[in-house]
Amino acid sequence: MSDAAAMTYREACKQAIRDALLADPKCFLMGEDVGRYGGCYAVTKGLLEEFGEERIRDTPLSESAYVGAGIGAAMAGMRPIVEIMTVNFSLLALDQIVNNAATIPHMSGGQFAVPLVIRMATGAGRRVAAQHSHSLEGWYAHIPGLRILAPAVIEDARWMLAAALADPNPVLIFEHVMLYNMEDALDPAVAEVDIAHAKCRRDGRDVTLIGYGNGLLKALAAADLLEADGIAAEVIDLRVLRPLDTATILASVAKTRRVVIVDEGWKSGSLAAEIGMRIAEDGFFDLDAPLRRVCGREVPMPYAPHLEDAALPQPADIAAAARGLVRGR
Amino acid sequence: MNTRIRLDHDHLHHLLRQMVRIRHFEAKCVELYQAQKIFGFLHLYDGEEAVSVGVMEALGAEDAIVATYREHGQAIARGVAMDRLMAEMLGKQEGCCRGRGGSMHIFDRATRFYGGNAIVGGGLPLAIGVALGDKMQGKKALTACFFGDGAVEEGEFHESMNLAEVWQLPVLFVCENNLYSMGMAVERAESETNIARKAAAYRMPGVAVDGMDVVAVEAAAREAVERIRADGGPQFLECRTYRFRAHSMFDSQAYRSKDEIETWRRKGPIARFEGWLRESGLAREEDVARVEAEADAEIDAAVAFAEAGTPEPVEELERFVTMDQVPS
Amino acid sequence: MPALGADMEAGTLVEWLIKPGDRVKRGDVVAVVETQKGAIEVECFEAGIVSELVVPVGTKVAVGGVLAQIGESTAPPRPWPAAAPPSPKPGAAPAAAPPAPRAAVPVSPGTKVTPAARRRAAELGIDPALLTGTGVDGAVSLADVETAASSRPASPAPAKPRRTGFDSAEMRKAIAAAMARSKREIPHYYLSHTVDLGAALAWLEGFNAGQPVPQRLLPAALLLKASALALREVPQLNGTYADGAFRPGESVHPGWAISLRGGGLVAPAIRDADSRPLPDLMAAMRDLVQRARSGGLRSSELASATVTVTSLGERGAESVTGIIYPPQVAIIGFGTIATRPWVVDREVTPRPLVMVSLAADHRATDGHIGARLLTAIERLLQEPAKL
Repeated sequence: MSDAAAMTYREACKQAIRDALLADPKCFLMGEDVGRYGGCYAVTKGLLEEFGEERIRDTPLSESAYVGAGIGAAMAGMRPIVEIMTVNFSLLALDQIVNNAATIPHMSGGQFAVPLVIRMATGAGRRVAAQHSHSLEGWYAHIPGLRILAPAVIEDARWMLAAALADPNPVLIFEHVMLYNMEDALDPAVAEVDIAHAKCRRDGRDVTLIGYGNGLLKALAAADLLEADGIAAEVIDLRVLRPLDTATILASVAKTRRVVIVDEGWKSGSLAAEIGMRIAEDGFFDLDAPLRRVCGREVPMPYAPHLEDAALPQPADIAAAARGLVRGR
Repeated sequence: MNTRIRLDHDHLHHLLRQMVRIRHFEAKCVELYQAQKIFGFLHLYDGEEAVSVGVMEALGAEDAIVATYREHGQAIARGVAMDRLMAEMLGKQEGCCRGRGGSMHIFDRATRFYGGNAIVGGGLPLAIGVALGDKMQGKKALTACFFGDGAVEEGEFHESMNLAEVWQLPVLFVCENNLYSMGMAVERAESETNIARKAAAYRMPGVAVDGMDVVAVEAAAREAVERIRADGGPQFLECRTYRFRAHSMFDSQAYRSKDEIETWRRKGPIARFEGWLRESGLAREEDVARVEAEADAEIDAAVAFAEAGTPEPVEELERFVTMDQVPS
Repeated sequence: MPALGADMEAGTLVEWLIKPGDRVKRGDVVAVVETQKGAIEVECFEAGIVSELVVPVGTKVAVGGVLAQIGESTAPPRPWPAAAPPSPKPGAAPAAAPPAPRAAVPVSPGTKVTPAARRRAAELGIDPALLTGTGVDGAVSLADVETAASSRPASPAPAKPRRTGFDSAEMRKAIAAAMARSKREIPHYYLSHTVDLGAALAWLEGFNAGQPVPQRLLPAALLLKASALALREVPQLNGTYADGAFRPGESVHPGWAISLRGGGLVAPAIRDADSRPLPDLMAAMRDLVQRARSGGLRSSELASATVTVTSLGERGAESVTGIIYPPQVAIIGFGTIATRPWVVDREVTPRPLVMVSLAADHRATDGHIGARLLTAIERLLQEPAKL
């Protein structure tokens, strides 16, 4: 596709899958309801009709089996895309992901690679309560052997998949549920992205806001609020949660000297904790204010809308944290 | 007895040799473990030799294998080089996995040996995946998936059996029912102890065979493999067997009696087979002695190779956490 | 642009004494800067090849600004002056609070200063503890430091002068703590002995006659060398005592006690004193005294002494018996050399005498060992040519 027409994040994901299947006969997609149902979030609508049952495979509700099957198929020479409906269900496949996919290349002494892509919907905000609202990408970012991606803008939704499929290692792509309807224009000049670096989405000089996924959009909204107060916030989109692009983060900290990290995951042991520690380790002397983070409240996600909103970072919270650092209060 | 098996002298001696190689290898492992040259967990195959040996006879070089942490028998029967196997056990970089995996995680690309796996049931999804990959690439290969009675209790068994049948994947599920998962006797853990019957719930052909009879195992395996190659779908084989040694080196075996073990030893696969060969005039004392001596020589050479091996440099610790490319 | 005074904010570069391509080493004078106090020579603290003269002659540069690049490093220039002094090894004599030359100014506890502010303050020679903080939790922030730097002497001068040596109040406290601990923990025994220095002084006079003044030896050098050699013979008094055991020193590194104007005391080590020729020893002693008084001692000198030697020099009392610097096990003291009546060949005759004393740790040695040391010192001083 080379026009600059606006497209939704959902459509961008679909285009990416379509491109992948057209480009490589070894590539196929499997997951629950990806075929006849058209995908839980309608990402794969129409693909079954176009590519057939061999390449768009509806699986039984057996996360462990079909994720493990993806791993085995990848080891045997295919390039599978496994869709786990949401990160909440991925817990059923955790053993296959951690003990097989992440581990076999190293444990076999480099004999076998696992060139597998797993896509999952993630995150909260849809009032679907505790068991359906996790943000566990930070957990996955703890595991060596995995690459963890969090596309937050249309361009990344469109092009990260191709880069992930080119990677000979297991790559997990986390698509935030609140982003599927987001619409934006794609730059026709861009036909690929890297899956190694964070990106500055907004230049600033007073404080750095770091986020990923839906948290990035909230950080950008916070930056708008701060602008009205005369505070120029710089916003960094992590894009890659493992391995973290510490260089980009530190460069921003050296410039603004104040940081607020936004993470929808629960605060304790969060990815925000890891980022904060890296800044403390390698950017300590650039800091002119304590490190701050705005994270999910440590509760199972409640159903009632006002409670869910209170449990998640909001732009006002992020702006307040940033303001506090800049103004000393 | 299936007449399709060649019961000629060479083949029978080959079966004997394979089982003896495994038995003696395991004995050497005990010695090395007690001398602290093998570390961690060690799970020995004594008593189950007929299962690996019999099944491997039915497979071809293009087929794939997934096994468990009790996989020395599968590895040796499959043809993983014994010296590289021993070096792996001793943690040397000359081992098949550079010493990264040890006893429970033997991988060998050359023989399509997709691992040992330390998680009970962890290999089943992987096995159906390898079969899926082969099938989608139009290969004629099948994947033999070995697991124990304990794995049958894990959810992965149900999911993998179901998916293999639904997608008609070329998998030979081989359950080595040695009556115990660690210390848990099968009758205390399973509502249905006739494991072969469970295959019917998935509409998968399932057969039970005397796992102490190497010829019976080979026959049953050949039949199952033929069905897979002809029909494409999975087959299930329950091999009824017994492990003579403890679950691992750290096991006082409080859960079973010495009498029980002795009873099974007397009807063990090697004893029975040797007995039958001698009675039938197909092997003499000196033949057996020679087989054992050759096995010991091979093992001694493997130990020498392993002991002369070198530890992987610590600087290489992070190598292969991520791969630069897919190996071809 | 170095900060050469507390109230210096900027200087004007009036002359470059180097050009790109020159090799410089630490301590070389590289430029002349005009300040409110007049023209001052600027030294560099880097070694390498000058790659760029960043500032042209005639430019006024704020303190901390880059004047030139030395070497190819693209790293930001090291904050000037260099960072805080390395902390002395644990167990070293805590007595001498090392003077902190070119150090980050220590901040009083309880003051919050952000890391960036602290670094900038060090560059500017400002004590951030004296500033009012407007950062988070009242911390002194970068802006506060910059404000202080650019405002007039309404910003208070730092409490402690830099580069001029030590804080005598702090030193007194440290000495008090060390000496009190020593007296509390170490069971001292004391010996003393009178030594006839006639032969030694006569030899010294002859030696010095043939030397230019700066190279002449003082009696202290002989006393120190004799002590060091004697310790070779009696190694039980050269070393440290800790955890119930004596550890002999690998070599003899006597700490030479130096009093500082203003009431301080340090005892930096003269390494391998037993094997250094007298002129070398004398030069080392002179150098140490000069550096101790101007604030240039190194932490290794303050931490490596295996014994202490103190001398009252030419003024002072007949004898001095010191307090051991833990974890050492001995301190040798020399009183003032004075001419007194002595008996030689049964005749009473005036002789230059010195009283040498030993205070030693009774856990490590007994009196007869100490006595051996003192008699060895006496014997060695009778053959000065062999020292």
